[in-house]
Amino acid sequence: MRSETLTPQRAGAAAAAFSVVAALAAVLGFLLIQGWPALSAGLGELPSHAENMWQLAGPLVFGSVLVAAIAMLFALPVALGTALYLVFYAPKRVATVLGGALDLLAAVPSVVYGLWGIMVLAPALAGPYAWLNENLGWIPFFAGEASATGRTALTAALVLAVMVLPLTASVIRSALALVPEASIEGAYALGATRWETIKLAALPFARRSIVAGSMLGLGRALGETMAVAMVLSPTPFLIGIKLLTSENPNTVAAYLAQTFPESHGIETSALIALGLALFAITCAVNSLARWITREKTK
Amino acid sequence: MTQLDNQLAIPELQLDVPVVHEDQSVLKAQSRALIKDKVIAALFALAAVAIAIPLISLLWTVVSRGLARIDAEFFTSSMKGVVGAGGGALHAIVGTLEITGLTLLVSVPIGIAAAVFLTEYAAPGSRFASCVRFLVDVMTGIPSIVAGLFAYSLFSLVLGPAYRSGIAAALALSLLMLPVVIRSTEEVLLLVPHDLREAGWALGAEKHTVIWKVVLPAALPGVISGVLNGVARIIGETAPLLLVSGFADAMNYNPLEGRMASLPVYIYTQWQMKGLDAQAYDDRAWSAALVLIAVVAVLALAARLAPRLLKGKK
Repeated sequence: MRSETLTPQRAGAAAAAFSVVAALAAVLGFLLIQGWPALSAGLGELPSHAENMWQLAGPLVFGSVLVAAIAMLFALPVALGTALYLVFYAPKRVATVLGGALDLLAAVPSVVYGLWGIMVLAPALAGPYAWLNENLGWIPFFAGEASATGRTALTAALVLAVMVLPLTASVIRSALALVPEASIEGAYALGATRWETIKLAALPFARRSIVAGSMLGLGRALGETMAVAMVLSPTPFLIGIKLLTSENPNTVAAYLAQTFPESHGIETSALIALGLALFAITCAVNSLARWITREKTK
Repeated sequence: MTQLDNQLAIPELQLDVPVVHEDQSVLKAQSRALIKDKVIAALFALAAVAIAIPLISLLWTVVSRGLARIDAEFFTSSMKGVVGAGGGALHAIVGTLEITGLTLLVSVPIGIAAAVFLTEYAAPGSRFASCVRFLVDVMTGIPSIVAGLFAYSLFSLVLGPAYRSGIAAALALSLLMLPVVIRSTEEVLLLVPHDLREAGWALGAEKHTVIWKVVLPAALPGVISGVLNGVARIIGETAPLLLVSGFADAMNYNPLEGRMASLPVYIYTQWQMKGLDAQAYDDRAWSAALVLIAVVAVLALAARLAPRLLKGKK
């Protein structure tokens, strides 16, 4: 090992690395400074005529969690199936095409997903929603009056599911690729079928990464803004689980994008405070995901 | 066990096989397992096919509806004074180019330097380095709209709440780009063989000379590819730009002052602030989406080809 003397080059590189710490501290600091006044906001000063921050934030956080959770409900099985198919079943050429398709899905900008969601997916789903509502309306999620436009919480969740799928699939896929060859061969040698091999050797090995991939997907879905802002037709302060109606809870991120451009003074502060809450939630979810994978590598 | 033992063991096993097969319940269980295997394989393949449906639908819509306004006027004029049909996205394209360029100017040097610190300078197991790595992970997960709020908070504190500019947008995007550059550069630097560094040191070169003349050139194709991937990711960001650079109908070349249009925000505002002739606004939104997706695709393709092309030259 060469002796480490403090050269200007080394100091410069260290400063660049420190800028990461500084940048995150600045994010936290500036959001706190600018969001603080909202906590003591008086009546009539908050956006959407909210009485206080809790009344404003509560339903939005609920909406974010609801929509993101439903998105993961759809995304996780498909991501898991795709990753397993890619690693254990697909011929090489098919795997290349499929990998490219996942990359493409990941690369599409969220505003384009929004445009597609509102102009193509939502109208296409209005019919199926009416059917679900008529036949399965006794399930609380499908109750109420089905939206004629399809701009519902379920549509938003479906768009989000497509958007976070590549991330979750790639985390699971890289974990599956690391399953020791010996475990797989061993299972085959015992006469296990392909599925039994996956069940016995691969899934237990990749379990943590499957959980971590879902958490990362959830984090991404919680923070996703434009697609939800465009697709969802929100109702202020609503907390509800009816997914097919035209009255939907809004999400934090979408509310920020919709309200910020026309906000002033203390309203802006309130929105920044909401952003801080969103930052805290996504950070917690992502850190948990990283922690789960870190534990494994130790 | 010797090899001979191994060979002897095999016939014994084979002798057992017919006995097992005579047992009907085992046979049934076996065929059931095989059927189950087939069904599950089909389910996994179905999941893989399922992702193609939204992708094809999306690409088909963007291309078929986007072609409507891919014409000369679209690329040569802004929306200044345009109501209804006509107009273009030149101001948004220029805005996106300027904002992206500024973002690169900030995030690429800092990102590469930080990655050099992590791989070349930091002592193995250094607390500070692992802390930075963790924070890079945290940064990767920052929602883009939060990055926008941060840039707004910073600039409005100094220059007042009404300040909108391209440079604020570049700051927000740099926050999103920086972790991508650090991560990808770090990965590539770790792949540079240690022998190369030792050869340089053996020649008596200073550590920074070796990094500058040996390590970075060897890593360059990978670094470029990482940067291109990062650009492909941030060039479509909408939410932060909506907050800090806002929307504009006219050209604004100055990134330091005033609202600046950008392609993603252009798509959003064309759709959201439709005039009477809704079709014209939708057409422009889809055409801008087509341009944006084409740019992203070219960047992603370049990122894939860059390592091969650059290595081929040497």
